[in-house]
Parts: sequence; C-alpha cells; structure tokens
Amino acid sequence: MKKEVIRILNEIRPEFDFNEDVNFIEQGMLDSFDIVLLVTRLDEKFGTSIDGMDILPENFSTIDTIVKLLEKSGGKE
Amino acid sequence: MNFTFNNKSITGLLVILPSRKVRFDEELDNYNFPHAKSMKLKLAMGYNTRRIVDDSVCTSDLCVFGLKYLFERGYIDKEEIDALVLVTQSPDYFMPPTSNVIQGILGLKKDMICMDINQGCAGYIIGLMQSFMLLEQTSIKKVALLNADIMSRKVSKRDRNSNPLIGDAASITIVEKNLVDNDIYGNIKMDGRNYSILIIPAGGYKMPSNIETAEMKEDVSGNFRSLDNLVMKGDEVFNFVQREVPPMIEELLETGKASKEEVDYYMFHQPNKFMLNKLADKLEIPHEKMPSNIVENFGNASGVSIPTVICFNLAERLLNETFKLCLAGFGVGLTWASLLLEMGKMKFNKIIDY
Repeated sequence: MKKEVIRILNEIRPEFDFNEDVNFIEQGMLDSFDIVLLVTRLDEKFGTSIDGMDILPENFSTIDTIVKLLEKSGGKE
Repeated sequence: MNFTFNNKSITGLLVILPSRKVRFDEELDNYNFPHAKSMKLKLAMGYNTRRIVDDSVCTSDLCVFGLKYLFERGYIDKEEIDALVLVTQSPDYFMPPTSNVIQGILGLKKDMICMDINQGCAGYIIGLMQSFMLLEQTSIKKVALLNADIMSRKVSKRDRNSNPLIGDAASITIVEKNLVDNDIYGNIKMDGRNYSILIIPAGGYKMPSNIETAEMKEDVSGNFRSLDNLVMKGDEVFNFVQREVPPMIEELLETGKASKEEVDYYMFHQPNKFMLNKLADKLEIPHEKMPSNIVENFGNASGVSIPTVICFNLAERLLNETFKLCLAGFGVGLTWASLLLEMGKMKFNKIIDY
C-alpha cells in the first residue's frame, strides 16, 4: 500500500521526493487541490470513499498518515 | 431550526442563462499552475463550460427578461403577482432594492410587496421559505421568487480557487397556495462566526473600494486577486459542508418521516462534483440520485444552481409527474438550509438563454 501511495504522490507532484521523512503540507509539497486529486486517485485505486470529514491536511502530511487514513477507510491492496 | 409549511406548491420554474460560454481549457493560461495539473482537476471538480454575463448585464436584466418571457407566453399574468422576492448577492444598487427596480421596469401593480434578500448558496431555499410564509397572508395568492447572481463580475480571472467554477444565472419560481393537503418540511442553520471564509472584503461601508483595494496581489497558492474580488477559502468551505450538511439532511428526513430511499432526488447546491460525490457517499445516497452536472455545463451560480439542477435533470418530466425531492443549499453566511417537498404537475419548467 505504501509503495502505491508514493507512486500516486509522485504522479501528482513529480517535482518532489515523497520518500523523504518530511511533513508534506508544511513543506508545501501538497496544496488543497493536490489533496483533491490524491483523494480521487486513492479512492479509485483502493476502492474506498474517504470520508469528507477526514479530508484534513493533517491526514495527508506523511506516508504513514495517508496509509492510516486508507486503512480506516477500508482500503484494500 | 425546523419549519413546516402546509398547502403551498411550486407551479412553475424558469431558469435564465447568459448565452456567453467560457471554457475551462481556454482559460488555463490565466492561472499560475501547470496545464497538466489543471486538466486533472478539471475531471475531479467537473470544470468545463460555464455561462457568464457581459460586463454591462445586471441582475435586473436577467430577471426582467425572464418575467417578460413568462408574461408574453401567457404562463403568468402580471396582475396576479402579489409578491416579488429577489434573492441575490449582486444587486443593481446598494439602494433601492433591485426587486423594486424590476417591479418598476415591468409596470407591476402597486398593491404588492417587493423585497430583496441578501443570501448566496442557500438563498434559493431561504427564498422558498420566505415565499411560503408570505402565502400565509390572505391577500397574497401568488409569489414570484427571483433568484439571481452575476458573481463572475466579482471574481478575479486569475483566481483558480473560484474562477473556473463561477457561473451567472437567474431563476423565476412561481409559488402558490395549494388546495391539496400537503406538508413541506424545512430546516435551516446559520453560523455567523465563520462569515469570513466566503467574502468580498471591499466595496461595502466597512471597506469602501479605492485604488488600494483594487490592487491585485498573489496569495500563498499562486492565485491573484484584489480585495474587491470574491475570496473563498475552499478547504474551510469543504470541511464546513462535510461536517454540517449530512446531519441537517438526516434531521430533515426524520422530521418529514421519510426514508432516504423514498426521496426520488437530492437536488443540492452545485459547488463542484468532488464535494457533491463526497456528500452523497457520506449520506449513503447513490450518485445518480444526487445529480452533480451543473458546474460542468453552466458553472456554479450560487443559489440558482438548485433550480438549475432541477430544470436540467427533470425538465419536462416535472410537467406530468410528481417527485419527492430533498433540496439543500450551503455556503456564504455561513448558512445551510434544506427542504423536503413534492414537486410536479407544473405549468412550466424550462431553461432559456439570455
């Protein structure tokens, strides 16, 4: 799941390295429109519908928080 | 807050759209973002074609055009209109009320009431609630509810947060007393503490427009706008809608003793496809029961997007059939409001070009 999340992130913002251990929001690597694209792609890929209430910047700040959100949303590899 | 209205019905609906079309693909160079990313957003948000007015066109122009269309074709008689309610955030003047201006242009009778209501995305619902209340009076038998906005004139062309989705439109809804026993349920909530997440900062008495307020500045996301332009904090609006709208709909259905399945369509305000799909998922409503095809075809014209989504998707079916509809609007104020009602057997339901 982690690998696929990184692949999708790279697809959305190819100019950044999402393997780095940084906060994607604080570093300006993802803005609110990126999050819309990311949620759309994650929902398609993992068969989820991420709850609108969970679409908050803090849930997209690292690979771990994104994976945790996917697991909470019932995401399957 | 819950409301119940009895023996009222919507007997006609007309939507007036400017004939000028603007396509998202043609505006990509306006924005400070890579084209490829904008094109991906186009799909997710439903950006495509929107209808906007020329700079000389005002709210009254769209409304007068629509009312004349109805008078000339005999859909309504001008003498029958006892109340003219105009919901708009883009009046012709600070004073007088634009509804009075429209009354004067059309030569409507003097023995009537005209009123403007300053509301946005929930404005159509509030206008219907106000119309139902006016119809409680013996002297008021027919209300012409006008809902119009031309916000494209207040949006920066270089603001990717707002410009790609904003459309202009007007609607005329005829609301009448009904002899058939029926109940209409309503719910409304407001939160003025968060008024600043959807705002035009300058132009009122608080911050009059001047050379400084007209200066274009870049925000942290790379959008250019001035204080005279609409500012929408999109992520905060999104979170507000996802947090507040689902419980309001649950409460409305409970009050109206209707199950989600009994409702034929959820005709909601049309901010963008992504937000509506997330709302439908949260409410466990099939996407086909909550149409989200207005932004891509016409743009989001505030509250007018609700009559537009009804007209566009049900069209002539509303002349012969009856549907149980749940209507909802949410946005500026902040305000969120909904109605549960039956609509059908209408005298007219159409979209025309200005």
